[in-house]
Amino acid sequence: MPLVEIRDVTKTFSRDAERIEVFDGLSMEIEQGSFTALMGPSGSGKSTLLNLIAGLDRPTSGTVTVGGAVVSAMSAAELATWRARNVGFVFQQFNLLPVLTAYQNVELPLLLTRLSKKERDERVRIALGVVGLDDRLRHYPRQLSGGQEQRVAIARAIVADPTLVLLDEPTGQLDAKSSQEVLALLSRLNEEFGKTIIIVTHDPQAAARARRQLHLEKGTFVEQATAGAPA
Amino acid sequence: MRFWTLLRANLGRHKRRTFLTIASVALALFLFASLRTVVTTLGAASRFGSARRLVVTNATGIVFPLPIAYANRLAAVPGVERVSWANWFGGQYGDGKRFFANFAVDAKSYLEMYPEMQVPADQKAAFLADRSGALIGNRLLDVFGWKVGQNVTLRGTIFPGDWTFTIRGVYTPSDKVINDDAMMFHFAYLDEKTGRQGLAGWYIMEIDSAERAPAIAKTVDDMFRNSNAPTKTGTEQAFNASFATMWGNVSLLMNTIGMAVVFAILLVTANAMMMSARERTRELAVLKTIGFTDRRLFGLVMAEAGIITLTGAALGLGAAKLLYRATNFNAGGFLPGFDVTPATFLLGGAVALALMLASGIVPAARAARLPVVAALRNVE
Repeated sequence: MPLVEIRDVTKTFSRDAERIEVFDGLSMEIEQGSFTALMGPSGSGKSTLLNLIAGLDRPTSGTVTVGGAVVSAMSAAELATWRARNVGFVFQQFNLLPVLTAYQNVELPLLLTRLSKKERDERVRIALGVVGLDDRLRHYPRQLSGGQEQRVAIARAIVADPTLVLLDEPTGQLDAKSSQEVLALLSRLNEEFGKTIIIVTHDPQAAARARRQLHLEKGTFVEQATAGAPA
Repeated sequence: MRFWTLLRANLGRHKRRTFLTIASVALALFLFASLRTVVTTLGAASRFGSARRLVVTNATGIVFPLPIAYANRLAAVPGVERVSWANWFGGQYGDGKRFFANFAVDAKSYLEMYPEMQVPADQKAAFLADRSGALIGNRLLDVFGWKVGQNVTLRGTIFPGDWTFTIRGVYTPSDKVINDDAMMFHFAYLDEKTGRQGLAGWYIMEIDSAERAPAIAKTVDDMFRNSNAPTKTGTEQAFNASFATMWGNVSLLMNTIGMAVVFAILLVTANAMMMSARERTRELAVLKTIGFTDRRLFGLVMAEAGIITLTGAALGLGAAKLLYRATNFNAGGFLPGFDVTPATFLLGGAVALALMLASGIVPAARAARLPVVAALRNVE
């Protein structure tokens, strides 16, 4: 059953007098519980597609549906609320708030829920435990390594138990060891916790973790590959 | 309170800047409260006065005297129950740097006419019995360390020479707008030492009914219209108000300076808030990605502005209130009863709210309208 459905999506940007067409009638589906890697050269539209699925950007035409909700038709306020409940987003540059501890960063999405302080505390500890950082609760981002920062960002993305976890170049700033740790964690989230994961990456090793690889070029899928479970 | 951690963390991001911004607001509100209190104190002083007391001065101007012989004629005007008079002395004590009002009065009638000046019975009797005695306001005890029974010598400015008085009594005003650091002594003493010129600075008349004040004032002025010293008679309130107007349009001046200060601080605060929000463009975009709505981000930035301005306002207004009360400040006797009023507090609170809105609304609106993708792309 598809969790993400993209139908006839066009997306154009205007830069000065120039119109840049990213997608022209793009359609695709992503199954619930899948682990998909979006690959392709810079400017191919990978991140734009991720933003459209997350409701951070709107298509010029066409529809984006996630879990039955027509994301492309929602108001800004509806999108924000929907994102808080359904989407976890991880950035290439971690984007933790430097003034908050790891615990406080992970707690942020839960502040938007009706959970009590005690319930929030339980969830934050579980999320940080899942990413293996339950001993770094009171550490600030500056006190963590890049890999640890990204794991905190992943904990923040999963703490509200979203259906969909979107990652934009999550290993782009990490060394090989940290990259492997993060990728292993993503596989675990997908296999053990059933999260649907879409990852944008240039890294073939990262893509190899995914069970499905989609290659974008100039806004069009040129190749699809389905792999077995990573080694 | 759910977002308090986030607010506190953001405010603590640049502790020095936050502290200085709060301090700027505090200083602005302190100055605002101080200047406003000058206005309210002058206003209260000008409104003070019994409706049953009329003041008679020389029509040419208050610095010109009136003959002492007028006293009996004033007392004979129908409706006038009591007459007293006084004369500005203008003496200086010590190096003269600490000003205080000092004047000669017809002691017995003056104290009868001003029950607001409360004097212990024994001290009052001692003062009345001593021709060179003086009655001082309770504040002068603290200012100069004087004691009852002590001799003090003033240097005359209008009436040259050294004038020695014995402090016989201390008065305490029943109303805080009455000057509590004045000194009074016997008119007879002044008159005697100046060669019995028989001149009074002004007369005060107590009348039987406030309603008759305009008619009695007209009768008095008509009576002396063709004399060498024509009079100008008015209510005590009008007389007091005339001193306030001698300051020019103080109210306008003080309010203008006060608002200018607040406006200057508004620019400082708004700039700090703008800088703070601009530095956090990426973080704001991240919060939006997490699911913070535009309205919530607007509220968070406004709350930061509110904490800064309202904390500053509370400190500034509170400091003004406590400082002036603790030091019993009265601007060297010019502003008796100087105290930040509840109305000034409310007005200061309103100014702080306006400051919060004016300084916070632009960065808050900017945060709310921030396009997430563009914001992330520009800083990624």
